[in-house]
Amino acid sequence: MTAHRGGKSIPPKVWAGVAMVAIALALLPFVAALAGQAWVRILNFAMIYIMLALGLNIVVGFAGLLDLGYIAFYAVGAYMYALLASPHFGVHLPFWVILPLGAGLACIFGVLLGTPTLKLRGDYLAIVTLGFGEIIRIFLNNLNAPVNVTNGPQGINLIDPFRIGSFSFAKAESFGGISISGPQKYYYVLLLLTIAVIVINLRLQNSRLGRAWEAIREDEVAAKAMGINTRNVKLLAFAMGASFGGIAGGIFSATQEFVSPESFGLFESIIVLAMVVLGGMGNIPGVILGAILLTLLPEVLRSTMEPLQNLLFGRVLLDAETVRLLVFGIALVAIMLYRPAGLWPSAVRKRELEAPKVAAS
Amino acid sequence: MQGENRVDILLQQLINGLTLGSVYALVALGYTMVYGIIGLINFAHGEVVMIGAMVALSVVTALLGAHVSLPAAVIILAGLFVAIPTCMVIAYAMEKIAYRPLRKAPRLAPLITAIGMSIILQNMALIVWGRNYLTFPTIIQPTPYNILGASITDLQVLIIVLAGLLMGGLVFVVQRTRLGMAMRATAQNPQVAGLMGIDINVVISAAFVIGAALAAVAGLMVMTYYGIAHYYMGFLLGLKAFTAAVLGGIGNLAGAMLGGILLGIIEALGAGYIGDVTNICGFPFLSDTLQQQCAGSDGQVSMFGSNYQDVFAFFVLILVLIFRPSGLLGERVSERA
Repeated sequence: MTAHRGGKSIPPKVWAGVAMVAIALALLPFVAALAGQAWVRILNFAMIYIMLALGLNIVVGFAGLLDLGYIAFYAVGAYMYALLASPHFGVHLPFWVILPLGAGLACIFGVLLGTPTLKLRGDYLAIVTLGFGEIIRIFLNNLNAPVNVTNGPQGINLIDPFRIGSFSFAKAESFGGISISGPQKYYYVLLLLTIAVIVINLRLQNSRLGRAWEAIREDEVAAKAMGINTRNVKLLAFAMGASFGGIAGGIFSATQEFVSPESFGLFESIIVLAMVVLGGMGNIPGVILGAILLTLLPEVLRSTMEPLQNLLFGRVLLDAETVRLLVFGIALVAIMLYRPAGLWPSAVRKRELEAPKVAAS
Repeated sequence: MQGENRVDILLQQLINGLTLGSVYALVALGYTMVYGIIGLINFAHGEVVMIGAMVALSVVTALLGAHVSLPAAVIILAGLFVAIPTCMVIAYAMEKIAYRPLRKAPRLAPLITAIGMSIILQNMALIVWGRNYLTFPTIIQPTPYNILGASITDLQVLIIVLAGLLMGGLVFVVQRTRLGMAMRATAQNPQVAGLMGIDINVVISAAFVIGAALAAVAGLMVMTYYGIAHYYMGFLLGLKAFTAAVLGGIGNLAGAMLGGILLGIIEALGAGYIGDVTNICGFPFLSDTLQQQCAGSDGQVSMFGSNYQDVFAFFVLILVLIFRPSGLLGERVSERA
């Protein structure tokens, strides 16, 4: 970052704030566990989605390339881990070896997708990425014959959990009278990784590369004229976005101990995109907010819809799952209608929207 | 397999592909009209097709349940004439509620509301019609006719001819009527079109409503052709149709028709032939298990089977877009920010 920033001393108030947030984050899984272990799992999912949303934000938010098949990279990471750490092939590599491998493979897929699509713009790019995502899913679904690679629609189970030495993160244990469950242990691993991903993204945004992405998003021709190698910079956006997806996929595999093609449909891609757009494209805190909200909202609806119907009508009229999705759809529409730039838009975007339109399209 | 036989199979696949392609083309027109005018991917268009199919099915079932002795064609027409206005109303309301307020918003905002509308429509259909596959009552028996060894049913002929007529009708409306002229003007430049006295809102609503009417017909076609309807059927159909629209060059009517029919044929041919093309039993280096599999199945073990049908559509799309970045017939490169 810039030099004058580093020279400034950080006031104690900020330190106090950071410390309080840190304590809150550290205690969160125990508070959530009061409402049931399911909520700890939901917290973990929220963090996986934060990583995914931040990865997609690089492609969509920073570089302005609409990607509707992002979940494919998540799938690549997840299957990489599942194949290299499960009885399916009898290979059991450690977590820290597979994670970079998964990120690397996802990165290669990102470049594979990026290279032929460099010339495409806007919605053409969107449909090609969408097709790419579907192709990956169909392959995962069907690569069980004649040679069984992915085990088809049944998916792969009994995947090794994350462990350091003999310390397994899947089992419940108690330390000095405090019992700590598997999901709670994973929470801390995920928290560290999520913080790392957030920091990397914050640093990227203000880097030379981040500014190049922003320039391409605003005007590709002008960016090219300013000497930006648009081809390489766009490919880097695809590659880096994809690697974050791959990392998130690996962790997903390890925490779930099961993967199947069902988890990687177009709907998932759309949900992650909704997180990015709803939170505020290109603005990291906004994207994090979007990811948390869209993970929690369906879960909150899931647990409140049946009691609410009982209260209002005295019986359950509609299937809770259906109502949950219906409300989710209505929420997407409503939030976009009232906050078209997202819940927490970046300062640049806000300024653009408030400024009167000079030239029309 | 002998040469003569192969021609039959090819012709059969072409007929099936053309039938499916006509349906894709009708749906693709709805996508392309909306896109051409306001530059929005109307993600919920597939759900409109689904609702058309569901409404028509309900009307047909209700009429049969009421034991009115009407000819089958009248019953189906009744279904169609309820489905079309229903879809038109839904599309009109959708545009007014979810898209119109966002016309000046960032480009991705209406895309998200479109996705939201898609989820809403799907789940409303789930509430109304339930989770199960609904079967279309067998009131018509398609009669197969033999052409050069391949069979074509009267239903297939009807679908192809009706789709052709509707497409012709749409081209007539767009090219020869005042409304069509207004649509073309709005597509070129909404501001100037407004200055020329065109009510842009009416034109945009018209594009949605006409697209929905075509979607309703397409929904009925798919339902009678496959004999089933399902609350989730609109999703993949819409995706394919949108792919078809992009393949032909989105925003271009002729492109949508060409793309739809091409996509149908590519899919049918792909599904029909991929098994033979990727038969691996002829390969010299095979593992023991694979050799056993080959011996056990008359030398027919394919690397990729017809379950890869959906891959073709996307694969061809990617190939076409690499060489023609704005589709087969598209000329304009979209640069909306």
